[in-house]
Amino acid sequence: MDTTVTRPPVSGLVYGTILNDHPSLERMGEALSQPPYGKPPQAPVLYIKPYNTHVGTGSTVRLPRGADRVDLGATLGVVIGAPAARLNEADALDAVAGYTVVLDLSLPSASVYRPPVREKCFDGACPMGSEVMARAAVPDPSALTVRTIVNGAEVALRRLSDLVRPVPRLLADVTEFMTLNPGDVLLAGVALDLPQAGPGDRVAVEIAGVGRLEITLEGDAR
Amino acid sequence: MKRARVAFEGAIHHAGEADGKLRLADGRLLEETDVVWLPPVQPRTVFALGLNYADHAKELAFKAPETPLVFLKGPNTIVGHRARTRRPADVAFMHYECELAVVIGRTARDVPKERALEVVAGYTVANDYAVRDYLENYYRPNLRVKNRDGCTPLGPWLVDAADVPDPMDLTLRTLVNCRVTQEGHTRDMIFDVPTLIAYLSSFMTLSPGDVILTGTPEGLVDVRPGDEVVTEIEGIGRLVNTIAGT
Repeated sequence: MDTTVTRPPVSGLVYGTILNDHPSLERMGEALSQPPYGKPPQAPVLYIKPYNTHVGTGSTVRLPRGADRVDLGATLGVVIGAPAARLNEADALDAVAGYTVVLDLSLPSASVYRPPVREKCFDGACPMGSEVMARAAVPDPSALTVRTIVNGAEVALRRLSDLVRPVPRLLADVTEFMTLNPGDVLLAGVALDLPQAGPGDRVAVEIAGVGRLEITLEGDAR
Repeated sequence: MKRARVAFEGAIHHAGEADGKLRLADGRLLEETDVVWLPPVQPRTVFALGLNYADHAKELAFKAPETPLVFLKGPNTIVGHRARTRRPADVAFMHYECELAVVIGRTARDVPKERALEVVAGYTVANDYAVRDYLENYYRPNLRVKNRDGCTPLGPWLVDAADVPDPMDLTLRTLVNCRVTQEGHTRDMIFDVPTLIAYLSSFMTLSPGDVILTGTPEGLVDVRPGDEVVTEIEGIGRLVNTIAGT
């Protein structure tokens, strides 16, 4: 199979978030108060998708050796346009350049106790859309709907009205302790209950009013 | 050879060392305190290791991990030699971590352990501060503990790999206000440098400018505004940082 990789239109790091949607917190339920977690998360639960994971739409993504399924974490990417430090919720969106479609690929894991580097940082694990939709064209990110499509069939539909911390609040809470720079991307939140796909599958993500990406998964034949 | 990046008279310079002084590429000799020290490399992906010294894992009441406990850091957290790092006003426990930092020099994928040191450009010293009050058990150690602005001093020098015959034979020390508080040796790493490079490159491509912070030995104490924290590694460098209030 030809391996095609395109470059996405963002230059910085991608910071992901989990447990930022009500269905995921409900799914964890009592487990949030038991070992190893102890109590529900107080601050945003963040992780990093480094540069080797960033690919553009049209890419073919090779799964790691031994992996035959990946979680499809479709979500909205908030592209930073101005240095963002200690933002206030009220005007946090002023630091946003626009939005793009992101597919956070992850090896399935039941635990969220340790940082997911092996699971989420393999080459090509963060496909992104080819365009950044200007902030002004998206009046309310919480009103958006994210569709995941595998081989032409819709496998998940998510409304971003499910966010625990909507985008302005998330930006304020993250930039309280870390500066985001122009070109960085903050993901609005990736759910825990996700559809999966494997080698040979074509995976698309669509957010009406923002954009679309499509990639093909392949196995590691080595 | 040792390489530094410094700001001096409105420009960024590459500098080397000569007779205990800084030597700019144009030949000017300067004192260490004449310049603003920048991180010796502008890191791309920064990896860090948790619990990678058996004594430290014990100190934190953990059994040693079976696979490397790796987390990532963003560029917001990296600062140079002689910087000030802010301690939040409302916290009870903020500690330093003296670590050998490995700078990758070549694109690397699926590197066998036996050849792993060939992809290393050089070594420097990192101080990977943690603010433990913010520790939560989700993706632990979480970014609010480990990825705060300015909380990872790096430097002063990048020392060429050729000048470090055995990175697993180096003594590390931390001094707080001139008193030794942490001492260890890189031979006590649970996963040594070649193993870490082989492990990471088994599932991701490493690139020039990637940095691996290899973990810290035991001996962590709380540091307060005004404290001078010196993390030093034999043959690599002596990295000075001062704790500031907010």
